[in-house]
Amino acid sequence: MFPPIPNPTTKPQRPTFGAQDLIRRSASTITPPAQRQTEVAKLIDVSKCIGCKACQAACLEWNDLTEEVGVNVGVYDNPHDLTANTLTLMRFTEWVNPETDNLEWLIRKDGCMHCEDPGCLKACPAPGAIVQYSNGIVDFDHDKCIGCGYCVKGCPFNIPRISEVTHKAAKCTLCSDRVAVGQGPACAKACPTQAIVFGSKDEMKTHAEGRIADLKSRGYANAGLYDPPGVGGTHVMYVLHHADKPEIYAGLPNNPRISPIVEAWKGVTKYAGLAVIGFAAAFGFVHHLIAGPNRVSDADENAAERLADGRRWRS
Amino acid sequence: MSADDIEPGDAIHRGHPVIVDRYTKGARINHWITAASLVLLALSGLALFHPKLFFLTGLFGGGQTTRMIHPWIGVVLFFSFFGLFLRFWKANLWKREDGTWLARIRDVLTGHEERLPELGKYNAGQKFVFWSMSALILVLITSGVVIWDQYFYEFTTIEQKRVAVLVHAIAAVLAISVWIIHVYAAIWVRGTIRAMTRGSVTGGWAWRHHRKWLRELAAKLPNGRSKTTHAK
Ligand code: HEM
Ligand code: SF4
Repeated sequence: MFPPIPNPTTKPQRPTFGAQDLIRRSASTITPPAQRQTEVAKLIDVSKCIGCKACQAACLEWNDLTEEVGVNVGVYDNPHDLTANTLTLMRFTEWVNPETDNLEWLIRKDGCMHCEDPGCLKACPAPGAIVQYSNGIVDFDHDKCIGCGYCVKGCPFNIPRISEVTHKAAKCTLCSDRVAVGQGPACAKACPTQAIVFGSKDEMKTHAEGRIADLKSRGYANAGLYDPPGVGGTHVMYVLHHADKPEIYAGLPNNPRISPIVEAWKGVTKYAGLAVIGFAAAFGFVHHLIAGPNRVSDADENAAERLADGRRWRS
Repeated sequence: MSADDIEPGDAIHRGHPVIVDRYTKGARINHWITAASLVLLALSGLALFHPKLFFLTGLFGGGQTTRMIHPWIGVVLFFSFFGLFLRFWKANLWKREDGTWLARIRDVLTGHEERLPELGKYNAGQKFVFWSMSALILVLITSGVVIWDQYFYEFTTIEQKRVAVLVHAIAAVLAISVWIIHVYAAIWVRGTIRAMTRGSVTGGWAWRHHRKWLRELAAKLPNGRSKTTHAK
């Protein structure tokens, strides 16, 4: 068992990280701090989850959010998708294992993965609306968000949602406010089975190794850690019993990466685009310098007058 | 003889100098609404296009309003340009002399108009601006609606939106470049801008740049004194 984070003191505490610890800031160039803080991570052990949704409730509670009353369509997923209020969602999958013919009930807690190379941040056009702290947490700054929805297009995990009320993007913050004062995320705190644990990324990997060894000893030969390298690893990781096919867990992407279309849009298009516009302007400027204005001459006017008067005109 | 390039309102007036009506008041209002919306779209779009240009959101009252207002200006542009399209498409049909003109683009750029064929109301460059803007605005409205998440989010997949935003950015860059060429041409060829402000040009301007059009108009002058003649 992983030791739970003790309850907080009641004394006010200074946050352990802040604006000085940014390693990435959307639509800005920044100098990252010389020293990186210990990378943190949340580990979600899917094999231990009982689908009680305590984490989902704790998330609403801590972030002071309320979800609308939904409609039951015969599945356990409630609400049916992530929303601007539901920042984490239990996704239930009934999967028949072809090897054993057993029905397996796969329950995955969906939410922001806190990518080391975040596509949302790459796509964001508003300076500072998305930031990444040196401990790995990716956070949205609502005051700077303009609601364009580019983060939705940038994210390889389909996580951010735009609020229809505030027209701002929302996603899991990894409880950056709690972590800054030495607490773990609210979901981890609420989890009754310790399926969600929080600590340094190294600790989480070590803890995961023990869990994976345990699962393998129970016949889950393909048990493994989900820490996808395509996005530089994530600060939310899963222990999966079938790590060879993450997609069976309600479409968890196998080998996610920032879409090449997004890379092209945010990369070469910006430079080439401004170059093309600049070239068009420079062409006009230089052409005018060389060729000078194209003026109508008196001869042109006279010719037009003769034409209008009906006199024959020969050049 | 079919004169595709004579538009309603085009007329020639004898005098010193000769004055040629080129754009009706309606066409000019239509044009300036289109121009204003295109400039506002370019500014608000470029604000989101590159971080260095984000300060342009200040012109629109901040990032949120820029994001909100840009697509609506796009709708204005679309309908306004559609009006221009209906007015101008016929005069922009490709003619044989346009190929010759293009082949002699060197003479065009060096101002050797005497070496160019006589042209109707528009030259190949103007036609290029017309048709490329028509195509680009069609692409921009289509891709723009796909990424207009406030109203159309659920109709497309995220992958489709990714393609659309890339296409939108590229089409916008091209549209802005075509616009720069369009404005530059109007400045370079002196006497052009009054066509869109006052609605008319001088006879000399028409003689120099659109002689075929001028001849067609002169041939319609009353009392039959004028006859279409061909130089050389
Ligand atoms: C014709 C209808 C148009 C529609 C419906 C439209 C819609 C949109 C939308 C929804 C966005 C995303 C940001 C936002 O929500 O405001 C956007 C971005 C943009 N638009 Fe438009 N737009 C249109 C026309 C134009 C035109 C004519 C131009 C330029 C001449 C333009 C240039 C841009 C640029 C540069 C961006 C930023 C793309 C990027 O971030 O890479 N748009 N447009
Ligand atoms: S999962 Fe999506 S929203 Fe979260 S950090 Fe990665 S790209 Fe951003």
